[in-house]
Formats: sequence, C-alpha cells, structure tokens
Amino acid sequence: MHETDMTKALIVTVKDWWESQPERFKISSVHLIVGKFTCVEPVSLQFTFEVQTRNTFLDGAKLIIQETPLIAFCHRCQQEYQPEIGIQYACPECKSPMDDIRSGRELKIDRIEYCAETTTTQTYAPNI
Amino acid sequence: MHQTFDAALGINLLHANQQGAEHNRAHFDRWGIICLNIMSSPGAGKTVLLERTLAALSEELKIVVIEGDMTTELDADRLRQYGVPVIAINTGRSCHLDSKMVAGGIHQFEHLHNPSDFNLVLVENVGNLVCPAEFEVGEHYKVALLSVTEGEDKPLKYPLMFQEADCLLITKMDLAPYLEIDISRIEANIRQMNPHATIISVSAKTGEGLEIWLNWVRSVTREHVPELQAATSD
Ligand SMILES: Nc1nc2c(ncn2[C@@H]2O[C@H](COP(=O)(O)OP(=O)(O)O)[C@@H](O)[C@H]2O)c(=O)[nH]1
Ligand SMILES: [Mg+2]
Ligand SMILES: [Zn+2]
Repeated sequence: MHETDMTKALIVTVKDWWESQPERFKISSVHLIVGKFTCVEPVSLQFTFEVQTRNTFLDGAKLIIQETPLIAFCHRCQQEYQPEIGIQYACPECKSPMDDIRSGRELKIDRIEYCAETTTTQTYAPNI
Repeated sequence: MHQTFDAALGINLLHANQQGAEHNRAHFDRWGIICLNIMSSPGAGKTVLLERTLAALSEELKIVVIEGDMTTELDADRLRQYGVPVIAINTGRSCHLDSKMVAGGIHQFEHLHNPSDFNLVLVENVGNLVCPAEFEVGEHYKVALLSVTEGEDKPLKYPLMFQEADCLLITKMDLAPYLEIDISRIEANIRQMNPHATIISVSAKTGEGLEIWLNWVRSVTREHVPELQAATSD
C-alpha cells in the first residue's frame, strides 16, 4: 500500500521538475535508484506507477529501477559487509551493530529521458 | 524531428515530503516547540501511552496532540479529557502521515491557539511499522513502540523503523509473563541496527517504566525549548 504514496511523491517531484522546464517535454522514461534498505518494493512501485500515470503528463513513460544492495561499514574491522536483511545486521566478524550504512538507503530519481522537437533546421521560410 | 534528451536529476524521491517536514520543523523551532513522532504497528499501545503521558505531564508542559491514527472520533475525545488541544487528521487510506497532512494540522492549531504558548507536540502516526519511518513530518525525535506480543523478531523484519528511532519503547510488559518472550533478545535485535537509541520497557497498565519514559520526554523537551532551560537552570 505504501508504494501508492511513494509513487505519488515520485510523480509530484517529477512534475515539479517538468513544470520548471521552458517547454513541456514528452517524458519517455524515469530512472530510479532504490536501495534495498528502504520501504520500497520495486515490483509494486512499477505497478502503481503504471496505474497512476495513465492519462497524465507521464502517460506511457517507463519506470526503470536500479536496486542498490545494503552495505554497511564496520569501524572496528575497518571493512564493508553486506548485512542479511531480515536475519542479521551486526558485523559478521565482530558483532558490532550496523552503524554506518554506505549503500541501501537510496531513494533517488537519477535521471529523466525525454523527447523534444528539434528546431535546429527550419524547413520553411516564413517571410517569403 | 524528435530527439531524445537526458536530464540528470539526482533528486530524492521524498524531496517534496522532506521540504515540507523542514518547513514544519522551522515553525516548531520558531515557536519553541519540540515535536515527537510516535510510531508503531496497529495496537502496540500508542494511544494508551499518550493518555498516560498527558495524565502525567499536561500540567508541567504545554502539550498539543496531533492524532493521525484515529479509529473513531472517540480516540480524540479520550485524549481531550486531559485538557490539551487534540488536532485530528484525516489520513484517508494513507498508511502513514506525511508532512503535508501535518502542516494541515499545524494550520488548524495555529488558527485556534497561540503556538508560542506550547512546548511539546506529540504526533500519533498511523499504525504501520514500515512507511512512517520513511516519511518525516517535521519531528525532532522519532519514538517507536513494539509490544511484547509482537514477537522478538520484529526488529529484524522491520529494521528501518528500529534503525531510525531515537527512543524505543517495549510496551505491554505486564503481558510478558504470559508469553514465551525474551525481552533481552528484543533488545539485542534492536541493538544490531541501532546502538544509539534509548530503549525503555514499559507497561501502561502497571506503570512499569513509565517514569523513565516521562523523564526522557522531559529531558529532550528541556534540551530543545529555551524558555524551559532558563526555568530549570536556577
Ligand atoms: N495489557 C496491556 N494492554 C495494553 C497496554 N497498552 C495498551 N494496551 C491495550 O492494547 C490495545 C491497543 O492500544 P492502543 O493504545 O489503542 O494502541 P495503538 O493502536 O497503538 O494506539 C488496547 O486494548 C489497550 O488497552 C499495556 O501496557 N498493557
Ligand atoms: Mg491509536
Ligand atoms: Zn566488525
């Protein structure tokens, strides 16, 4: 259910960007980076995105999600490790708590691809 | 002719919500108010904890409640008995409060009261262990509740909430003797992802641990509210 709200947040943010642009571009794809240590489930996000963008400025736009793993850094061992989500978060070597997350918390709109009419070549001469 | 372009954004998905949260927090700061965001799964004991907190502190601190987890309007009425303003927020079908909803609550509050007269805002979030952790509302501290009936593994299953919390209450301690539950295991599981949080075991029923919780509230409030610092330093 929370993906609905996430998608709303996503659409609002993209819309803010879109409206700040000089032209109303046609957006073809939105690229997200979503960490494994967030409340977002990519599959649900895909689905709600499709539903919620119908008949809006994002109609037909693709949502492309790149997931990033949960990586923590153990200061005692001076090394990175990958906690097992749902099972174990402390450092597997020394059992220090997970305290420094280096990856996995991302919830980022990385980039947007859009189409625009190019006006570099004038195909007619308006003054004739 | 069409051409494809690429715009690098690097914008946080929750950008709009975070901006709203910062806006709310700036309001609180200007009024000398500290805001606590109280979160848990449904039924862990948020409303009852609020009742006990209001009963103990409503003379000492000027409190306002923002209620986002109403089953019925009765919940708000129960809290109003303690003589504090209770702003009820209609969250619709949303599974968490967001900063915009809370901004709406602040607006109502501002309309009816002088915010500068208050010190503490207690926000009861929607019962859910997942999303509220991700959506800031403008709080200074996050408080998470986990009742003993929910099981020892919940922190491992819902790590985000437990990782983000500043204060963690293990609630309904009076029920622990009837269950096969090891409180030290709950704590150890929480510590795996949160070495810093204050962990307090409480029972709203017997009063166990409540004084420790109240002292935590008192101390963070004093830390944040300049006028109270002046009052306690002499
Ligand atoms: N035995 C016991 N029951 C409690 C305690 N705190 C809350 N409850 C009960 O748990 C249920 C849900 O409490 P409530 O405060 O409404 O939970 P909320 O959904 O988190 O607001 C109610 O029936 C409460 O009476 C407690 O400390 N001990
Ligand atoms: Mg409640
Ligand atoms: Zn280690």
